[in-house]
Amino acid sequence: MSATTIPVKQGIYHKAGSLRRERRWALWTAYLSLIVSAIIMLAPPVYMLLTSLKTSAEVADQSGSPWWVSSPTLENYWALLGNRMFIDFFLNSAKVTIAVVALTMVISVLAAFALGRMRFWGSQALATGVFLTYLVPDTLLFIPLYQIVGGLGLLDNAWGLVLVYPTLTVPFCTWIMIGYFASIPKELDEAALIDGANWMQMLWKIFIPVALPGIIAATIFAFTVSWAAFVYPTAFITSPAEMPMTIGVVSQLIRGDTFAWGQLMAGALLAALPPVVIYAFLMDYYIAGLTAGATKG
Amino acid sequence: MADGGAATLPRIEAPGGASLKRFARRRSTIAFLMTLPLIAVIGGLVVWPAGYAIHLATLNRRMTSFIGLGNFEILLESETFRMVIFQSVFFAITAVILKAAIGFWLAHMLHHIPANGQRKWRGMLLVPWVIPPALSTLGWWWMFEPTYSSINWILNIFAIPSVPWLGEPWWARISVIIVNVWYGAPFFMIMYLAALKSVPEQLYEAAAIDGATSWQRLRYVTLPMMRNIISITVLFSLIVTFANYDIVRVLTNGGPRDLTHVFASYAFQVGILAGNIPRGAAVSLFMFPILAIIAFFVLRGVNRRNKEEA
Repeated sequence: MSATTIPVKQGIYHKAGSLRRERRWALWTAYLSLIVSAIIMLAPPVYMLLTSLKTSAEVADQSGSPWWVSSPTLENYWALLGNRMFIDFFLNSAKVTIAVVALTMVISVLAAFALGRMRFWGSQALATGVFLTYLVPDTLLFIPLYQIVGGLGLLDNAWGLVLVYPTLTVPFCTWIMIGYFASIPKELDEAALIDGANWMQMLWKIFIPVALPGIIAATIFAFTVSWAAFVYPTAFITSPAEMPMTIGVVSQLIRGDTFAWGQLMAGALLAALPPVVIYAFLMDYYIAGLTAGATKG
Repeated sequence: MADGGAATLPRIEAPGGASLKRFARRRSTIAFLMTLPLIAVIGGLVVWPAGYAIHLATLNRRMTSFIGLGNFEILLESETFRMVIFQSVFFAITAVILKAAIGFWLAHMLHHIPANGQRKWRGMLLVPWVIPPALSTLGWWWMFEPTYSSINWILNIFAIPSVPWLGEPWWARISVIIVNVWYGAPFFMIMYLAALKSVPEQLYEAAAIDGATSWQRLRYVTLPMMRNIISITVLFSLIVTFANYDIVRVLTNGGPRDLTHVFASYAFQVGILAGNIPRGAAVSLFMFPILAIIAFFVLRGVNRRNKEEA
């Protein structure tokens, strides 16, 4: 009797054990791949940070490990913060980005409200058109825009960038705002209409507060895109006084044959700081905006 | 009484109907005014420039006379441009496949670990996507730097000989792809993770009861549920990667010997730096048919997804 039950019991335990072992293996594989990929994903920024803390002499010294700083210093950062040109890059970026974000949000919230809630002739076609323009890349448009901006006399002028950046931000922001507005129940605007609200009051008092997470996500998107824009400033801006951060760091901090690598990396990190800070504090909104394009649309 | 009622009813309804019509007309007027800025942006800054690009591409270098398809002919005959076509296609397809595969793998791994740890890992893995690519590519450039490459330093520890990252054409191509995959894979990971979370748990339970292996669960439950989002993400990324400019400009600037140029960087070189605006416009217009085909499929995928959700 006992001789026949023991193998059965063993069979059951064996099966349960293998299931648990399989789970454990899956978990180990998961953590291993996450650790390896996190190292790879974070290596370049970390290496930039390490380099930015080195003196020029230490960067030039090739005997030690490049992944170690023997005498960390902030002198590269102080040199940049005392550099008038670098401060100008920052101010230009801030000026252009703030103007573009404000412009974008006004245009896209108004348009999304009209397209999502107030059906009119051609509104469906226009919504599709918004999505299609989102798919048109800036590298397809920069040459004709170069001619157009040049014709307006805005080449080599930061305000010229304010004119063209909406091509990068408006379509996507409108698109995700249409999605957010569409998720607001119809009863809410019927109630507002019965209470005698006009369209502007309805947008301002109901839609904007209710869709606030979407508005934050769209604002973050517009901010990061305008801050990181590279094609347009590279094409349109040639004098350092008008350059925003991205192109300023890439073109002006690289001089001659001996690169000041420490300063270059410090400049790149400082330029990347605003989007990274926003990401660190508003990660959930950031990700919501990122995934909204495909999940809401 | 009944007559009176019948007589008064239409009288109430008639003004009501008229005001409803007036209301609707007023509504569409307001709506049109609200979309006017959007129409101005799309029309003035996208549609018109796109049409203008076609016009520009048919002019001669000094933009004085019409030469039809001359610019396109010259480009197609040039050896350099044929390499640009090859490199753009090779770069976009390889990079997107790698990004999608790595992103899918990471999303899966992230989905497997306990939920309270996911946020932290997700936050770390998304960092490459957050840094403006022109700036992070500077860091990569410094890591690839031939005399003092920190990547080669690590490879040397494992007794692997130094790699001439940006000096040799094929290694330069691979370097550009590595940087693009590093930058773009987190985006795929986030999209796929969102999609994975939307697959109902009951489907996996049912599959487990039916004795499905983990491979079968992936093949017959996860993939069919995510098919649409995978295709939208891949197609969208194909557009962005195809039109990429930042990474090539900062990392190789087209070199060595113009062999790593993609459409965007070559259009920039020809159109802005060399001052041949019409030919530059022609180069960037080569992207258009490919992008239009991809856009068609993206739109179809999005519409299908909307119908599924409705």
